[in-house]
Amino acid sequence: MTFHPMRFLIDRDARRRLKDRLAQVATFLCVVIALIPLGSILVTAVARGAAAIGPGFFTDSLPPPCNPDVTPNCPTGGIANAIQGTLILVALAAGISLPVGVLAGVYVSEYGANRIGRSVRFFTDVMTNIPSIVIGIFVYTLFLELGVLGWVDRGLVFSATTGAIALSTIMIPIVARTSEEALKLVPVAVREAALALGVPKYRTILRVVLSTARSGLVTGALLAIARAAGETAPLIMTAFGNPFGFQGLDQPVEAMPRIIFVYGITPFPNWQALAWGAALVLVLISLLISIASRLVLRSRFSIGGVHR
Amino acid sequence: MTAKVRVEHLSAWYGSKRAIEDITLDFEDRAVTAIIGPSGCGKSTLIRCMNRLHEVVPKARAEGKVLLDGKDVYEQDPVTVRRRVGMVFQKANPFPTMSVYDNVAAGLRLNGVRDRKRLDESVLKSLKRAALWDEVKDSLDAPGVSLSGGQQQRLCIARALAVEPQVLLMDEPCSALDPIATAKIEDLVFDLKKEYTVVIVTHNMQQAARVADYTAFLYLGKLIEVSVTRDLFERPHEELTENYITGRFG
Repeated sequence: MTFHPMRFLIDRDARRRLKDRLAQVATFLCVVIALIPLGSILVTAVARGAAAIGPGFFTDSLPPPCNPDVTPNCPTGGIANAIQGTLILVALAAGISLPVGVLAGVYVSEYGANRIGRSVRFFTDVMTNIPSIVIGIFVYTLFLELGVLGWVDRGLVFSATTGAIALSTIMIPIVARTSEEALKLVPVAVREAALALGVPKYRTILRVVLSTARSGLVTGALLAIARAAGETAPLIMTAFGNPFGFQGLDQPVEAMPRIIFVYGITPFPNWQALAWGAALVLVLISLLISIASRLVLRSRFSIGGVHR
Repeated sequence: MTAKVRVEHLSAWYGSKRAIEDITLDFEDRAVTAIIGPSGCGKSTLIRCMNRLHEVVPKARAEGKVLLDGKDVYEQDPVTVRRRVGMVFQKANPFPTMSVYDNVAAGLRLNGVRDRKRLDESVLKSLKRAALWDEVKDSLDAPGVSLSGGQQQRLCIARALAVEPQVLLMDEPCSALDPIATAKIEDLVFDLKKEYTVVIVTHNMQQAARVADYTAFLYLGKLIEVSVTRDLFERPHEELTENYITGRFG
């Protein structure tokens, strides 16, 4: 067979069209593959979770273990203790990490054009990527040894306090990074306008720069809260869990992600159902936070109006 | 001639690059002084050194004196200097999250004035002085950024006037505006000189000829020539000035 230049040319175009088509189909298939787990998670969480959410789900706590197919009056129970615990833990952690994180972001963005600023940025990046279980063992060991030294009560190792500290350790770098990015989006011209009016720099930052960046700041805070609400690993070693609801800041407290882990691997069908119910609630929370942060971002350029 | 501001042997650097070199120049009270010259000749740097706003730029520094009423601004708190020496920028920069009213009131409010009556009076007076009142009196609550480009620039002028400065620095205030908006600003500049010392940077020579009493020509960071505007354009002493104003370069 001999080589035929003309035929080669025609073939080449056809071959390219075919390749283009194949590549397009391949990328689409990859999208389908990527969406399969997401879809199946959503479907399973909704199906099994919705079945578990009955009367008492939001008001009752851990029931005695049983199997509704075998035991006639098997109580379904609820996750009130875990919802309460997660709300308390996240509120405490947000109370610590939002001011610290935002101010750290202000430092890096507004005063950080130096070696300290650059190293803070580097270490917040590192912190953001540290596996959360490492933070769990760190906070656990820290309080254990402080307890041995007699500086804190030994019982504090497993408490709402350590849980909140572990969660804020995760949140602070996230809030700091997102705040820094949000502040950097504020045009230099806005800062200069305020400075040129004879407004001191600190007040320019507090009253003009932060307010101009507020939608980005809120988005960052929401993302950090969503992340903290779903963290399990550090809480296993700190908040520890309890089936009775909040007993005080120095006592163990339950959390939704933790009961998914603990109840989910028990052999008791009514506990497994609660784990799925909690899973659905967490999925819905993260969905709501995503939607909320989108709405906040979208309103970015429509901010204005009356602040008088 | 009474100099409101006197720049003495002023040099400025961005890092190791010298932007202006040994400039000595007087700015007369209640008059408009234009600073002209090709891009990058140091016009903006010069006026930024006058309210110490160059210090916002990293690695920028200045040497020499800027005497405001005989006192060196480099020996005073930059914050108080900037309250006396207002500035309007090349691109209108109203605060994006604030209404028209809030933008004008910002200077007083951010410096601690809370008295509503005083703020109302200041907003009214400043918007009138900036020839914007009639256009925005019914939309004081609208976002400042919703105004047209020319209105935004006059809003920024009103914002600068509200803190009652004595000197107003204008850094190419019309370069982003159409001819009609430009004409309004020029009329305004002409009025403002009754009460303020105005310094206007422009690369538009016709504009300098229209609004300025005095014109200074800068080239490559050096002051080449300064005189009464008409003289500078009609009988320049320096060949460089003549070449520039006749359009042979720049």
